[in-house]
Amino acid sequence: MTHASRHWRNQRATSIALLPLGLWFLISLLGKPSLDHGSVADWFAQPLQALLAALFGAALLWHSMQGVQVVLEDYVGGWLRRFSIAVARLLHAAAGLALAAALARLVFDGAA
Amino acid sequence: MPQTADRPLSPHLQVYRPMYTMVLSILHRVSGLCLSATGLVFVAWLASAALGPDAYACVAGFLSGMPMRIALALALAAFWYHLFAGLRHLAWDAGYGFEKKTARRSGAVVVLLAAAAFAATLLLSPAGRFLAGLP
Repeated sequence: MTHASRHWRNQRATSIALLPLGLWFLISLLGKPSLDHGSVADWFAQPLQALLAALFGAALLWHSMQGVQVVLEDYVGGWLRRFSIAVARLLHAAAGLALAAALARLVFDGAA
Repeated sequence: MPQTADRPLSPHLQVYRPMYTMVLSILHRVSGLCLSATGLVFVAWLASAALGPDAYACVAGFLSGMPMRIALALALAAFWYHLFAGLRHLAWDAGYGFEKKTARRSGAVVVLLAAAAFAATLLLSPAGRFLAGLP
């Protein structure tokens, strides 16, 4: 399988994963009677909810990177193309690390 | 970037008869980019919750301001549009719905479903009503 067709297939895979995960997150979020710090911390302190949030975040960031890359490849030319894709990759990786650290802290602080 | 003289250029958009399906196509990208930005907001929001009540109050205060409430309501619309338009794309990828008439009709169905889901989540959920400024 070539690099491009792998990219195409992976983009479909993350979009299918995001259907249930995105709906879970949006419905959960919108349905909360309160979004103060205590309610949000309690929400993600539950291991199953934190796991779902981790899966959602991973699928979201991966799918986002795939989409942003395609848009940059289409509309940005020259050296700026590679540079902007590298910046987007860095941003997505940083967001992934921050998300993992945040969820780990919410789960383990909540359990303590 | 320098273009060699004999390389074909892709046709200019102006040669096509304008159709609403073209607008739907570009909206899928626009809504996707909007959701990418919203994803970063989601990470910042969750990180602030992990940092503690003070950091969370700061981010929540920023998100509750009028400009961000409008942006988040737009993101909610983008979510529903991108979801339904994405399903349409997946159907195409599986080989369904390519006939001109079907493609036009499925585009209209996507817009109607997205509008209905947007209105329902904005008006019926607690967080949606907050975004809309409703009690």
